[in-house]
Amino acid sequence: MTNGSLATVPLALAEGPLLGLPLDRLWFGLVFAVFGTFLFLDGFDFGVGALFATRRTDAEREQLLAAIGPFWDGNEVWLVVFGGMLFAVFPEAYAVLFSRHYLLMFAILGALIVRGLAPEMYEQRHDETWQRWWGRAFVAGSVASPFFLGVFAGNWLFGVESAASAASLLVGLAVVALTVADGAAYLGLKTRGDVRLETRPLGHLAQIAYLLLAVAALLVGSRSSPYVAIGSAPTLGLLGLTVLLAVVHVIAGRAGRHYLAFVAVAGQVYALVALVATLLFPLIDPASGLRIEAAVVSTLALNLTTIGATVLLPLVVTYFVVLYSAFSGPVDEGDNYA
Amino acid sequence: MIDPVIASRLQFAVTTIVHIIFPVMSMGLAPFLIYFTWKEIRTGEQVYEQLRTFWTKIFAISFVVGTVTGIVLEFEFGTNFAAFSTTAGELFGGPLAIEGMMAFMLEATFLGIFVFGRDRVGDVLYMISAVAVGLGTWLSAVWILIANSWMQTPRGYELATENGQPIVTLVDPIAAYANPRFPWMFVHMQNAAVLSVALFLTGTAAYFVWTNRDTEFWRKTMKIGLAVLLVTAPFQAIHGDAYGRHVADTQPQKFAAMEAQYETDSTVALKLLAVPTSLEDITDPHADDLFVVEIPFVASLLASGGDPGATITGLNDMDAERPPVAIVFWAFRAMVGLGTWFIVLAFWGGYRWLQGTLFEDDRLAIAFVGSSVLGIFTVELGWIVTEVGRQPWVIQDVMKTHAGVSPGLSGPEALTTLAGFVGVYTALLVLYWYVVVRLIREDAPTAPPSSNREPTVPEEVVPSDD
Repeated sequence: MTNGSLATVPLALAEGPLLGLPLDRLWFGLVFAVFGTFLFLDGFDFGVGALFATRRTDAEREQLLAAIGPFWDGNEVWLVVFGGMLFAVFPEAYAVLFSRHYLLMFAILGALIVRGLAPEMYEQRHDETWQRWWGRAFVAGSVASPFFLGVFAGNWLFGVESAASAASLLVGLAVVALTVADGAAYLGLKTRGDVRLETRPLGHLAQIAYLLLAVAALLVGSRSSPYVAIGSAPTLGLLGLTVLLAVVHVIAGRAGRHYLAFVAVAGQVYALVALVATLLFPLIDPASGLRIEAAVVSTLALNLTTIGATVLLPLVVTYFVVLYSAFSGPVDEGDNYA
Repeated sequence: MIDPVIASRLQFAVTTIVHIIFPVMSMGLAPFLIYFTWKEIRTGEQVYEQLRTFWTKIFAISFVVGTVTGIVLEFEFGTNFAAFSTTAGELFGGPLAIEGMMAFMLEATFLGIFVFGRDRVGDVLYMISAVAVGLGTWLSAVWILIANSWMQTPRGYELATENGQPIVTLVDPIAAYANPRFPWMFVHMQNAAVLSVALFLTGTAAYFVWTNRDTEFWRKTMKIGLAVLLVTAPFQAIHGDAYGRHVADTQPQKFAAMEAQYETDSTVALKLLAVPTSLEDITDPHADDLFVVEIPFVASLLASGGDPGATITGLNDMDAERPPVAIVFWAFRAMVGLGTWFIVLAFWGGYRWLQGTLFEDDRLAIAFVGSSVLGIFTVELGWIVTEVGRQPWVIQDVMKTHAGVSPGLSGPEALTTLAGFVGVYTALLVLYWYVVVRLIREDAPTAPPSSNREPTVPEEVVPSDD
């Protein structure tokens, strides 16, 4: 059944994929790359939020909020773009994944609501009780968000049907540890003085915890899931890369090379997301056995979304360069959020 | 045991009704902020800096609450309406993805510069940031309304069935996305947002005028708000009338519900004012039973675009499943009634302004204070007409709403999240209201009105401890 005007179908776009590219696989990679960018960028916001619990003085807490203030909104939009892309390109995967992990999705949303509100609310009143409670909300939301996101990723990867498994809980904890390492490395770049000195060892501790938890999650998960083959070359390569980057993170951090340390953590975030994508491939949803090429939309819709993303994503990267350059350099004690 | 379909629909209603408040604030404030920033940079007058700084605070808090509630909506399509998402994802997901990349990113990144960067970046980049933020909010509406207008008047697709599941395939993107409904929705929505914020600005300023605490800041706010109101309030009525005609053409069942028209009739009168004469009229209105003040032939005239004898098909002669007529009929009447009141209010204010007594009329000030949030309330009514009016369809004539709900969803799960949202969103509303009122009371400039236009006030030199 057709409906409406068919006057101007751009036939060329409906005939085959742009330039003959394997667009379904490229989009599978792009969706994960966008998720990785979210986890890297908002990851350091989460980490800073978790480390907020270790700061006692008002000035230091303000310094932490000032370090992420202009950025966190933009960082979080990568999650919205991830959701939109998954919906636009793999609608069936979007529908089955989100509805299957129903309560978990709302746990993620609830945690993100608390985390997003807290810094804004914290600054609204400068009295002790108000700031104590919003400070706690900030910490709780910043720990719960990556935890639930990690559990979701674990469920996705291991094909878990119910609320959670031991393996996906371990993934959740691993992601929390990774964001704390990310946050501490970011504070190494963006702060000076006590904050930088005291959060660095916490970041290194989180780094070690991440490696242990990630390996434990893979071992437990591969035993319960027939889809997860951890012995393959790409998997071992990504694991090896992660260990190497972890060493670089710690050594560079101790040597005061903050930029290199930060890049080493960022690399681990992308390595983790690449690992999940590699283990899933060629399925997009192990629990239902849904394959990438079966989940993808029609050629015409895919070509149009591809054109949109090709034009828009470089623009988005430009916005981020402008934003981060406008606020480059460390924030000092005495700088604040608003 | 509650039905997951009912719980999902209620949940979507609660989350959209609360969410829409914040985009309305952002979209409506954006042009004001661009204007304030422009004037601040061009004239260097202190009052514009105050206006920009203060209203940016309201914008920032609205944006944050809008973001967290907006992510919920995007995810709800997957969690609660998985069957709809699978069926329509190919057409519906694309605009959402483009919205994220084109609009939301622009708004969120440049908002960082706009809120935090006045002392960090030059005037040019700062001005660009103001425009980028405003453009981002409006482009968001473009893509969301493209998606919504496709659901109202779907075109440019093919419908097939795969494994018993209906699947919509895009065949004509221009027909689908350059949808005839879109321009109507967009103009009506954007003008409503600016009108609502103009009412909010004018009402807030009028409170300070009425309580004799007006400053140059509040006088300026009131005049700018009123000036915008004088343009937007009449325009909304002119445009809304034509939009109604378009609805009559494309969604006759919605139009009949808006008019509570059960019987097919020609030479239908326009019901200016409808008053229920019994309790039953409120819960189940029928145009024939109400006490109405009406203009003969005009409904027919409007629906047909010029023929006073035109036939309007009644609900009894359409699909047996119909929208809840009472909600649509009364929401529509309340929306039009309030819209008319805004025009009266604008002209009353304009008249006083001409006389030079804008700040002396207490009754006018009270009327503005009382109307300050009615604009946003009216937007809610408009969306209720739009969304409840198209029921039982989630995609008009393609998919029924109950068929779009996630198949595996259980009643207890849906009820749990519904209860959670009612609690969390009530708390959000209270918190937002508290913060906005507190900002208005404590952060608005309180210097007395100065007749001197130069930025010379010495107390501003005192360094703040921020």
